[in-house]
Amino acid sequence: MILVFCELKDGQLRKPSAEALSEGRRLADASGKKLGALFAGASCSGSAEAAKFGADVILCAESASLASYSSDAFAQVVADAVKGKGATVLLAAATAVGKDMAPRAAARLGAGYASDVTGLSMVDGKLQAVRPVYAGKAFATTTFASAVQVATTRPNVFPAAEKAGAGATESLAAPAGDFKSVVKEILAKASGKVDLSEANVIVSGGRGMKDGGNFKILEELADAIGGVVGASRAAVDAGWGLPHSMQVGQTGKVVSPTLYIACGISGAIQHIAGMSGSKFIVAINKDPEAPIFKLANYGIVGDLFEVVPELTKAAKALGIGKG
Amino acid sequence: MKILVALKQVPDTETKIKVAADGRSLDPADVKWITSPYDEYALEEAIRIKEGKGAEVTAVSVGGDQAKDVLKNALALGADNAVLLKGDGQGDAYAVAQMIAGYAKDKGYDLILCGNKGLGGDNAAMGPMLAELMGLAQANVIVKLELGEGTFKAEREIEGGSEIVEGALPAVITAQKGLNEPRYASLKGIMAAKKKTIEELDAPAATAGAVVSALALPPERPAGRKLEGDAAAQAQALLQALKDEAKVF
Repeated sequence: MILVFCELKDGQLRKPSAEALSEGRRLADASGKKLGALFAGASCSGSAEAAKFGADVILCAESASLASYSSDAFAQVVADAVKGKGATVLLAAATAVGKDMAPRAAARLGAGYASDVTGLSMVDGKLQAVRPVYAGKAFATTTFASAVQVATTRPNVFPAAEKAGAGATESLAAPAGDFKSVVKEILAKASGKVDLSEANVIVSGGRGMKDGGNFKILEELADAIGGVVGASRAAVDAGWGLPHSMQVGQTGKVVSPTLYIACGISGAIQHIAGMSGSKFIVAINKDPEAPIFKLANYGIVGDLFEVVPELTKAAKALGIGKG
Repeated sequence: MKILVALKQVPDTETKIKVAADGRSLDPADVKWITSPYDEYALEEAIRIKEGKGAEVTAVSVGGDQAKDVLKNALALGADNAVLLKGDGQGDAYAVAQMIAGYAKDKGYDLILCGNKGLGGDNAAMGPMLAELMGLAQANVIVKLELGEGTFKAEREIEGGSEIVEGALPAVITAQKGLNEPRYASLKGIMAAKKKTIEELDAPAATAGAVVSALALPPERPAGRKLEGDAAAQAQALLQALKDEAKVF
């Protein structure tokens, strides 16, 4: 069996989980295996949605003890499920929870782990993963020395493809409590926007923005085209009051949106490493020699303070980002 | 309190990656090696705890002779002891976690700190694996850490915000940018470090989990085009191209 750890948010299957499930379905078909979706929490309401993405079996560890995320408790539930079902492949989306739980579960299973993969295949019945290393400056093909193989899938890379599965439900035992660590409180940002690592459209600013306050024009463009705002290390380190959670690059977030608009970003190696996985790249920069233009599908040599507001205006006029 | 800080030596972020002749590893020629930046936050946090409430800080790294640079730097910054586990520190996170667990067990560390990921390998796996192998609590991608009596409270970065994780010590805590601002080594620290020795041990035995069978550079991106005209014309042309050619919208 191929098992996919899935996450729910407000009773809905999270998109990165749907992507991991779809990839799991593809691998299961390629290797003649069953696909299981695994949920853990106080309520598994909404887990039935996994059947839409090909789950043959939906396993639910539903318990008040799992209401808040706990690294050790979740890793235990997942590892027990892998053992109980004799699964050989465990997948999870490379989300905050997935990246925290999966390596711990892998160690518990004595299994190799490939994180944040962008490609998976079954070769002679064994999982093979392709994953970016050096923040995307290179790609490593990874094979596994262990019988159980664990990988997390990078959000926004694998398409979520609907394919009906039987979706038979089964409940799993949940540990009672007394966990080593547990999440006590979630401090959400006010914006409620998706995280950079999951965003489909990113508008990013660099040193050319000149000041943190000027990021307002990027926010306006992002709002008009349904995107979120990022920044280069130069901008984050400039003391403009930008949080480092906005930083895209090798020492920040590595992103893979459909569209990445780089405004006033020259294209230092460490920035490029974090965003070169974007499907389409637009560069707006005054300097026609800026290295970012070598990567850009579309380049605009010009003053971003003129171009960006024009883009916002034109996007609104065209009704872009309104679905 | 006893703190262990695990440090990894990695290629500098400005490194231009070249694949070695074996087709599966990094060509080490012209590579400048540094301490992984996330590990610097971990070390700084350990030193701040030492300065605040008192602690004995041991720095450990897995690698060859070259990795001693990372440990010398840790001593100069304020670590009390440094241990080199001679083995492959660039490989599989599961193997490295076993080596560090093998070294650390029974030594009574109250806190184990490391970066949330090693720059380059980008596995983000060694810390959680170490926590599991040692049966300890974990908190990953931490931007704020408070220690109580046998407990910790940590702020962890998640999608669109952060969350508070509480747990019991001993624990493995992995550091994220924002946890602190690492100091530079002082001349006094550098001189003092010269008098300290790095303990060298053979790395404990470990079994491999994942193996890199090939390393390749990403495919070249197709040549792009520049959009001409004044700002308004460029903006129009871009949106049309994104709509009609790229079909982004």
